[in-house]
Amino acid sequence: MEDMIFYDRLQFAFTITFHYIFPQLTMGLSLIILFFKGYYLKSNKEIYNDAAKFFMKIFAINFTMGVITGIPMEFQFGTNWAKFSELTGGIIGQTLAMEGTFSFFLESSFLALFIFGEKIMGQKLHFLTGFFVFLGSWASGYLILATNAWMQHPVGYEILENGKFVLTHFSQLFSNPWLLPAFLHNQMASLVTSAFVVASIGAFYLLIKKNEEHGKLFVKTGIVFGLVASLLVAFPTGDLNAKNVAKYQPAAFAAMEGIFETEHAGAEIVLIGQPNMVEKKLDNKIAVPNILSFLTYQDWNKQIIGMDHFKKSELPDNIPALYYSYHIMVGLGTIFIGIMMLSVVFLYRKKLYTFKPLLWTLLFLVPFPFIANITGWYVAELGRQPYLVYGLLKTVDGISPTVSSGNTLFTLLGFVALYMLLGLLFLILVGKTIYHGPKSLKH
Amino acid sequence: MEIIWYIIIAVILTVFFILDGYDFGTGIIHLFFAKTDKDKEVISKAAGLFWDSNEVWLVAAGGLLFMAFPTFYASVFSGFYLPLIIVLWLIIFRALGLELRSQINHSIWKTIWDKAFGVSSLLLALFFGIALGNVARGVNLGGVEYGMSAYEPHYFFLPLWDSSFSPSTTHPGVIDWFTIVIGIIAVVTLAIHGANWILVKTNASINNHLKTVIFRLNIALAILTVFSLSIWHIVEPHPLANYLEYPLFLVFPLVYFIGLIGMFFIKKLKKEVHGFIFSSLIITGGVTSTLATMFPVLLPSTNNLNPDLTIYNTATSTYGLSVAIPWMIIGGILIVAYFIIQKKLNKGKIDDREYGH
Repeated sequence: MEDMIFYDRLQFAFTITFHYIFPQLTMGLSLIILFFKGYYLKSNKEIYNDAAKFFMKIFAINFTMGVITGIPMEFQFGTNWAKFSELTGGIIGQTLAMEGTFSFFLESSFLALFIFGEKIMGQKLHFLTGFFVFLGSWASGYLILATNAWMQHPVGYEILENGKFVLTHFSQLFSNPWLLPAFLHNQMASLVTSAFVVASIGAFYLLIKKNEEHGKLFVKTGIVFGLVASLLVAFPTGDLNAKNVAKYQPAAFAAMEGIFETEHAGAEIVLIGQPNMVEKKLDNKIAVPNILSFLTYQDWNKQIIGMDHFKKSELPDNIPALYYSYHIMVGLGTIFIGIMMLSVVFLYRKKLYTFKPLLWTLLFLVPFPFIANITGWYVAELGRQPYLVYGLLKTVDGISPTVSSGNTLFTLLGFVALYMLLGLLFLILVGKTIYHGPKSLKH
Repeated sequence: MEIIWYIIIAVILTVFFILDGYDFGTGIIHLFFAKTDKDKEVISKAAGLFWDSNEVWLVAAGGLLFMAFPTFYASVFSGFYLPLIIVLWLIIFRALGLELRSQINHSIWKTIWDKAFGVSSLLLALFFGIALGNVARGVNLGGVEYGMSAYEPHYFFLPLWDSSFSPSTTHPGVIDWFTIVIGIIAVVTLAIHGANWILVKTNASINNHLKTVIFRLNIALAILTVFSLSIWHIVEPHPLANYLEYPLFLVFPLVYFIGLIGMFFIKKLKKEVHGFIFSSLIITGGVTSTLATMFPVLLPSTNNLNPDLTIYNTATSTYGLSVAIPWMIIGGILIVAYFIIQKKLNKGKIDDREYGH
């Protein structure tokens, strides 16, 4: 049983981590593309239209990768998490099936129209197709977040005698207090990723002195979007999420903040330190007193419950992983704000395009927003442990009763091999598109 | 309400088999018949331009099945764990073949990925046929041995094969001689279907030859059909019971036979698309007749202890099913719009079209 659940979780974690590289870029990018296309309509400057079409090409590659790696996600609910699917399918099946039917169809049809239909449709309709691509990709994110929100904070359900969850209030799936902050936080974080990608492609062009006009536009757009989005990630969306965790999942909150012992008065905020699970304390701790209480409750002296307050069976089962994911996410998020602010200052002083150290930084920073996004999801998922449906259904009770761990390990290895090839394909396709540059799209 | 969702999902699944079916079939034809570089290029394009938009249908069917019949979804997906994951791998591997082949212009590189595309298409067609065969044959629900269930009555697990390869042992595997027959029928059907698609979409040099190929494959299909009908009683003791009770169901086998007979006139058809329509009828008829024989059963139990999985004992609550109808109507409109857009954008032959997105 122990190793069954281990391999099931490992396989899901691996496949979803790889999958989430792609949609986080498409969701943010669709908004930036919409900006480029909209600004072209207003200003009639050809360069904005080039930018829109260029990034839609990158979007399309990511979308296809998202579809290919998304099918295994859907399948795994049934293959590896059969008991969970059986018990909760009547509820989360609603939001997942909605995602599968309309956002997918919306996104892929209008993506095709945007790419092939510019000449036939005229510019205004072309903008509109871009808008529907945006709508489809954000709707997709919304429905996935609605599914996850229900697992984090179940609402609108009833549990039957046979243990099955059935839906009683459809609308509550969408008015879940967990949903909106999580959705906005996620969307802003994916906008950060896309902004960094746009800026780094621009920086690349400036550094190799190719497509320099486009390069300048990409860097400028990237850092302005990047600054706004990275600020919004922290406040108010990140703040609201943290408050939700403190309110609905206090055990997860204590673990991610690294609070082993409940203090009598205000709680400190930990900046650095490694959880020592044997002695139940943080090694090498650097912390600032009372800040956490203030951030969470706007009260310097409010008590925050520590992990000592909970039974071991109610605490997340991997506290260090949760703690590190959270601190990596927050740390990176803070660095992003700093870099983006610095870039905007240089832009304002008209020195950005020639200041190579900053351009190199923008170029090489591109993996980090992906890491921040993925660790953000780890926080949500590890924090919910040991439950699949918070407080109601344990993870260990959700796996497929008939699938042995040997079979899961076998399939996991297969996925690892195939995803390496997929990653190679992705790099070739995106690399080629960037190499050919935005000018090649003019016919 | 259960019946409505059953029909919706069956329709989407059938469309998936028709659409992704032609690009699996294209792969099979590519593997065996494409010889010149130009033909290989054009034929892989006939699948390469469309595979991803076709697979969206699989995602939709999967999601809806999960929502409407969660117990069935859970039971079947975990029970057929290995074949399903292998299907996933093949789907990914096939996509890799299609997309990677044009990335490096060297004959060895292209040969490797052409074979990847062809072989995985062939295996996918075989596996989908085998899957249909498994659903028709049924499984040992609850893993019953010596009159005792090893699992809950609606769970099972199938190995890939059992050394006897017989459909009537206590623990049949996914692959036995009955499901292999259905698998081969699927391969032949989709090869015909794919060849028709190539006729519709390309000016490949083998197109005239393909008409002969279709004609011969159709003879094979007719023989296999008769053979499979004659052995069907092994897995389903009363194959005609449903047709006697609901004579209207006879329309499904009728569709199959219209397609099968129409296909014989391939050389006389005025438009290439007519051939494609006939092969689509074969697929539609084949899938729906199998479902109709079983209705309302979704997965028969091969033991006497545990009941069959039906649309009634695996569905979610009536509230859940009815609340999903309004959004499914919107979804349906989007799906139709999508279908029309795809059709309009991809009109005509594709020989000179630029590859990729």
